Amino acid sequence: MSNKDDIRRYKDGERLHHWIVAITFILLAMSGLALFHPSLYWLTNLFGGGQWTRILHPFIGLVMFVSVMVLMVRFWRHNLVNRDDLRWIRYLPDALHKREGRLPPVGRYNAGQKIIYWSTVIGMFLLLFSGLIMWQPYFAPVFPIGLVRFAILVHAFSAILLMMVIILHIYAAIWVKGSLQAMVKGTVSRTWAKKHHPLWYREVTQEERK
Amino acid sequence: MTNHWVDIKNADLILIMGGNAAEAHPCGFKWVTEAKANRGAKLVVVDPRFTRSAAVSDYYAPVRVGSDIAFLGGVIRYLLETGQINHEYVAHYTNAALIVKDEYGFADGLFSGYDEVNRRYDRSSWGYELGEDGYVRADETLQHPRCVYQLMKTHFDRYTPEVVSRITGTPEDRFLKICEMIGETSRPDKVMTIMYALGWTQHSVGSQNIRTMAMIQLLLGNMGMPGGGVNALRGHANVQGITDMNLVTTNLPGYLGLPGDDDQSFEGFMDKRALKPVRPGQMSFWQNYPKFHVSLMKAWWGEHANADNGFAWDYLPHVDKPYDVLQMFELMHAGQMNGFLCQGFNPLAAVSHKAKMSTALARLKYMVVMDPLATETSEFWRNFGEFNPVNTRQIQTEVFRLPTTLFAEEDGTFTNSGRVIAWKEKAVDPPGGARTDRRIIASLYLELKRLYEEEGGTYPDPIVNLHWPYGNPDEPSAPELLREISGRALQDIGDIPAGRQLAGFGQLRDDGGTACGNWLYSGCWSAEGNLTARRDTADPSGLGIYPGWGFAWPANRRILYNRAACDTQGKPWDPRRAPIAWDGSRWSGPDIPDMRPTAAPGEQVSPFIMLPEGVARLFAGMNDGPFPEHYEPFESPLGYNPLHPDQPAVTSNPAARVFANDWASFGTARDFPYAATTYRLTEHMHFWTKHSLANAIVQPSQFIEIGEALAREKGIANGDRVTVESNRGEITATAVVTKRIKPLRVEGRTVHTVGIPIHWGFTGVANKGYLANVLTPFVGDANSQTPEFKAFLVNIEKA
Amino acid sequence: MASMQSLDIKNRSATSLPSPSVRSHTELAKLIDVSKCIGCKACQVACMEWNDLRGPVGENTGVYDNPQDLNEHTWTLMRFSEVEPDDFSFEWLIRKDGCMHCDDPGCLKACPAPGAIVQYANGIVDFISEKCIGCGYCIAGCPFDIPRLSRADNRAYKCTLCSDRVAVGLEPACVTTCPTGCITFGTKEDMKQQAVLRIADLNSRGYDNAGLYDPPGVGGTHVMYVLQHADRPGLYHGLPEDPRISPMVGFWQGITKPLAIGALALLAMASFLHFIKHGPNVAEDDDDAPSRDKTRDRKEESSHVE
Repeated sequence: MSNKDDIRRYKDGERLHHWIVAITFILLAMSGLALFHPSLYWLTNLFGGGQWTRILHPFIGLVMFVSVMVLMVRFWRHNLVNRDDLRWIRYLPDALHKREGRLPPVGRYNAGQKIIYWSTVIGMFLLLFSGLIMWQPYFAPVFPIGLVRFAILVHAFSAILLMMVIILHIYAAIWVKGSLQAMVKGTVSRTWAKKHHPLWYREVTQEERK
Repeated sequence: MTNHWVDIKNADLILIMGGNAAEAHPCGFKWVTEAKANRGAKLVVVDPRFTRSAAVSDYYAPVRVGSDIAFLGGVIRYLLETGQINHEYVAHYTNAALIVKDEYGFADGLFSGYDEVNRRYDRSSWGYELGEDGYVRADETLQHPRCVYQLMKTHFDRYTPEVVSRITGTPEDRFLKICEMIGETSRPDKVMTIMYALGWTQHSVGSQNIRTMAMIQLLLGNMGMPGGGVNALRGHANVQGITDMNLVTTNLPGYLGLPGDDDQSFEGFMDKRALKPVRPGQMSFWQNYPKFHVSLMKAWWGEHANADNGFAWDYLPHVDKPYDVLQMFELMHAGQMNGFLCQGFNPLAAVSHKAKMSTALARLKYMVVMDPLATETSEFWRNFGEFNPVNTRQIQTEVFRLPTTLFAEEDGTFTNSGRVIAWKEKAVDPPGGARTDRRIIASLYLELKRLYEEEGGTYPDPIVNLHWPYGNPDEPSAPELLREISGRALQDIGDIPAGRQLAGFGQLRDDGGTACGNWLYSGCWSAEGNLTARRDTADPSGLGIYPGWGFAWPANRRILYNRAACDTQGKPWDPRRAPIAWDGSRWSGPDIPDMRPTAAPGEQVSPFIMLPEGVARLFAGMNDGPFPEHYEPFESPLGYNPLHPDQPAVTSNPAARVFANDWASFGTARDFPYAATTYRLTEHMHFWTKHSLANAIVQPSQFIEIGEALAREKGIANGDRVTVESNRGEITATAVVTKRIKPLRVEGRTVHTVGIPIHWGFTGVANKGYLANVLTPFVGDANSQTPEFKAFLVNIEKA
Repeated sequence: MASMQSLDIKNRSATSLPSPSVRSHTELAKLIDVSKCIGCKACQVACMEWNDLRGPVGENTGVYDNPQDLNEHTWTLMRFSEVEPDDFSFEWLIRKDGCMHCDDPGCLKACPAPGAIVQYANGIVDFISEKCIGCGYCIAGCPFDIPRLSRADNRAYKCTLCSDRVAVGLEPACVTTCPTGCITFGTKEDMKQQAVLRIADLNSRGYDNAGLYDPPGVGGTHVMYVLQHADRPGLYHGLPEDPRISPMVGFWQGITKPLAIGALALLAMASFLHFIKHGPNVAEDDDDAPSRDKTRDRKEESSHVE
């Protein structure tokens, strides 16, 4: 399983935090999709029926929002965008074909991960505000119907986009061998780090030498 | 109603004035929409407010509260000036041609014979001039200077459109437009109907308001016509019934008279009432008076009413004066009345001037309230804060409340505005220990009778001898009572065996051979059974007569004076609207002829058979004058009568009775500058439905309506709380600021109107409110004593 | 309020396949002739009576509209408008507000709960309350601002056009009660015919712009108005001039759904294809020779993922 040589990438708290976000996301995606598309309405059964799904979804949403906000604060420094990120994006298609040679060296997070980070943050704000406006029975009655309609549309769009982003996120975690371990055990192998996040690897190994 | 509800569908022009049918009579109003939809009829509304009726009208004109006679007098002048009258009708069916005594006169707003001290007229100078044959003289050319037509023309000559507009505030062009529309219905094939209600009656000139309209209908030839007539819309399902049965203290059932102090013998009284014709060949139907009177006495006292005792002549009380509600409460207020049996009546709310009413009730020793609801009257002694700020400790009146059944909790009849008596079945059992009025009254009677029998007393005969033939003496049944009212033979009369129900008042006898509780209702339960329970929806003529639906008094006649729907030759004025016609040998048609069926047109029997002259009265002996005259309300925003500005004595109706102590309760325009009026809302029924949740939801709380101009002047915004004050009290409610009430230009000044819906009080499930009569004055119409609820003065301020 | 077995369902909310529809039905409609309405509120009370609805006793706020708005206990409401259509005219227009029973109902379109809103084959749009989830989408979907959510049970309510009465051959309660004949009920064709007569009458009384309100934007309605000023429906307490399902709602409930679900599925599919084509992205050690141990580790890792 793990190797004594492995590098710690996420602390216990960080991992727990990530999985809280992940679970709330899954619950939200399922309940949201249930109310979004008739073919998926059966998913409401997982939540105790339509009324319960309608009741729970916004509260779970609040949990996710708060969690994401904390997550945002925790990792924002690592997700600042730099020039290399643009290059990384340019050569991403090559990388997808496993021609990674032209990718610039990556720090703790590559541009793709940063995109996921920032999309999640922005998406959460959109979902929060649109969600509040359409939240029955508490807030929706005070807003004009036109705004509620707009909010519902924004909510649906942001949710779908976020889901797409998260699909990519999950796939990336599956595709890039060794990534999942980072969120499960908190560690990555040195080869993984060296290959995918060489700059970060250097940082870490320098620390070790000190 | 001279006509009936369904008949309104036959009208070409519908005038709603002095009423708000859409608001207060929404069900009957359907016939207005029928006339509009199916005949292209036009609806005209004249009202101080743009009402719900006005909302669906074709033409609307505002009018100042209490100035209707000026408006209608102007219409009369217009019709006479332009000749838009039915000449043949006027000449032959009204008293236009009859010649009035030389002594009659009118000057400075007063008719001849005025007694200033007692505020009443000696009417003897208003009579007709008699010819040598003993009959009234007539000039059918209408040229004689003292014929009614010429007197009328002179009298109304002052009511020019300019004067009308100046008094009423109605813009002149609107007034003239309405005159034009009304004038068109003088054509034989055009008919106007008028729908009015308490907006005309609740004035110190109430009866004259209605009379002025009746005169217009006569001039136009619309009386007796389908789609015509003068139609009073009654405010309860059975107000017509109570009126027919004896509403007024000077009456007996069927509008028979109660003897007065000077009626000292049965024969003398009968002679006075059985009026002989004053024109040759007329029916003068009251000649049958003794038959109706004697049959009533037989119904009441049975064998104890007989020829030997003048048919119980001495059993009848003799009244010294009318005991109308104002008089009753005046006596109560003066401490001269100690007990009060209050049956189905909420006088604390329904009679004017609440403060006086409340004081009067507090001076009673006891009051018995029979009512299905906890009325304000029954709770008058309880302090409800600002809404009823009485000191309960100081009120010693003992109040007994006897819960009675509501209309749906007992069988019986309703008589609607159109005189149609309709039987109804009991729908549900009453709640709790509520009893029928019949049972309560019967118990009371039987106990009184027992006490008289056991303990004696002064003249117990009328009580102990009362005919009480009911199966269950403790609770006479409704069918028993209706059969008694309808009448039966007491002995064999021709083909009619003793005991059989009579077919109608034509069979009544003055020798004691018949008993009938109300001659007008005679025949409603004939040998064929209960005709009021009929529900035949056949209307063969298409005129909405429905002869097999219930029973209309008199004699199942649906349109009164229907003989006048035909010309002197017996041909209908409008063949499409002929209730009856002369078929060569008889009067026949879909309706029951209001005429001796065999009276050929050549006999010249005139259509108004109840009157000794046989013709309708354009000139009539009312208490306050033979012609209507505009008088200001007792609280007038002008303070003078524009027709007689220099005669303070005739500012308001000089013949209206005012109790000495009430003069001081009137306010003036200096302190109370705004004209006010009270009215009903469609969501509620008087003070009843505030006890019903559904009604309370759709109109929950008290409000005051004012126009935008007045609101601006007073800084009042829509929804503000406002206080309205009259010289008698004040109320606080929500302001409804509306475009529907416009300021009027009257005598060169601006008159604002404050609208005060009634309906709220301190009992029930709606939000509590003030009784509107906190504000209204204690003065009534000179003839009927109906209180002046519709025109008084107030001030209004933001609360 | 509840589903009517005797009425066939034409459309069901959140249902993609057609409902049983072999029986033929006639479209019904209620015609409200505003020119005959006296605002007596008998219809409002009849609605409360028939449906057993009693809200709280409110307050007068300076208008005749009571309660002030539709609510879960008030499925129909008289709206009073004091208007001056021309410079010198004044009218008090009184409109019975309530569900219009659109042929293309926005509420039904917006509703996410299958069968919570149905449209019967006769045109009645009904809320099946036991299936309502209380999301309020119907409120957003309605172009007339009709449905109201109950705070007590979190379900949306509105006029049912008395589907329970109509199902057994009766008229809606408001129609039976209306004293002036302002509200009539019958086949939509008959009601349109009647409207023609009424409009002719109104034209003859000087209302040149009288007309029928049967807005095509929502496919026509099964509650129609005869208006004196059909050119300006806004005079009648803001009756929408050209109501249609909001493009936002249409967009959201229309193309968005399949596209969104498609996009999600496509993305997942693409990821899967990518994986089976290119296999996992394994970090191989370029610098150090891979040790046996590490290879074994890697194998275990991948089995872990799967």
